[in-house]
Amino acid sequence: MKVVIMGCGRVGAQLAGLLDTDGHSVTILDTDAYSFRRLPSTFSGTALVGNGLNEEVLKKAGIEEADAFVALTQGDNRNVMASQIAKHIFNVPRVVCRIYDPLRQELYSTLGVEAFSPTTIFAQMLREKLES
Amino acid sequence: MYIIIVGGGRLGYYLTKALLSEGHEVLIVEKNPTICQNINDELGSVCIRGDGCEAATLAEIGTARADMLIAVTGDDEDNLVACQVAKHKFNVPRTTARVRNPQNETIFKKLGIDVTVSSTNLILESIKEEVPTHPLTHLLTIRDQGLEIVEVKIPPDATTIGKPVKELSLPPGSRLALIIPKERKPRVPTSDTILRDGDRVIAVTTPESEEALRAVLRGT
Repeated sequence: MKVVIMGCGRVGAQLAGLLDTDGHSVTILDTDAYSFRRLPSTFSGTALVGNGLNEEVLKKAGIEEADAFVALTQGDNRNVMASQIAKHIFNVPRVVCRIYDPLRQELYSTLGVEAFSPTTIFAQMLREKLES
Repeated sequence: MYIIIVGGGRLGYYLTKALLSEGHEVLIVEKNPTICQNINDELGSVCIRGDGCEAATLAEIGTARADMLIAVTGDDEDNLVACQVAKHKFNVPRTTARVRNPQNETIFKKLGIDVTVSSTNLILESIKEEVPTHPLTHLLTIRDQGLEIVEVKIPPDATTIGKPVKELSLPPGSRLALIIPKERKPRVPTSDTILRDGDRVIAVTTPESEEALRAVLRGT
């Protein structure tokens, strides 16, 4: 499948590498070209400098043909906005985003964005580790 | 009305001042403690420190009973989220977002924000208006009706100068509301009113007819 990832931080870069190894066509976006240093040297996808909130940039990244969009920047609101653009303007079939704030994550899940809160997931995981 | 303003920058500050003087109950949510303190010192306790995009903060300040939420921070995505949280979590009847990037205006509309105000577009319009050759100025958009009020200046080379209004074939949905001559008082045009050099014509039109109206009035 064709995947567009917004944000080339640690998670973004690693996800891009994994999907690329699995044979998917990956385009990763970041506003800072320096972030692309995190991509594995074997990465065969496309790395594109640009803001994922900009429709033109998203089009250039091939969002119109994408099967999935993943928003992984540091800003919850940026992720939420980009995801909604992908979902409601470009009708990308699968849109996943990271929202650190658990309350906002809950709200946007009810609004139809597939949102994950690393805060909640990690806290639960730690609890399980400690209690086991 | 109880109005919540997200963002205590210059826009938030002056907006609060204006709304307070109209007798509304206003509360600003601002992240920066120094800005918060300054506003409270000056306007009384109207500013709370917090993130206006966070549901917990909005719950604390009684957003559920707010009549309106206006998000005027400098970041479009923050304004969008503040409005969406207010609308979907607290059922605030009216949400208004400031939009800095004009491209985002249509996106915000599609995502359910009631009113968007594009500060960049407003400034652009005002500056363009000062350019002497600028043919048409938007004064007001009446959104629900799809109407707009515009101003067209009659330049010295317009072929319509000296012609009465009845000889103009105005595009559908367009009406001339007022003519402001260069050195006389404004008047409501009748079919016999003659257009003159330098007249400012205030007209009601639709976005589709705007270009045709400009052409008819200037004879180009």
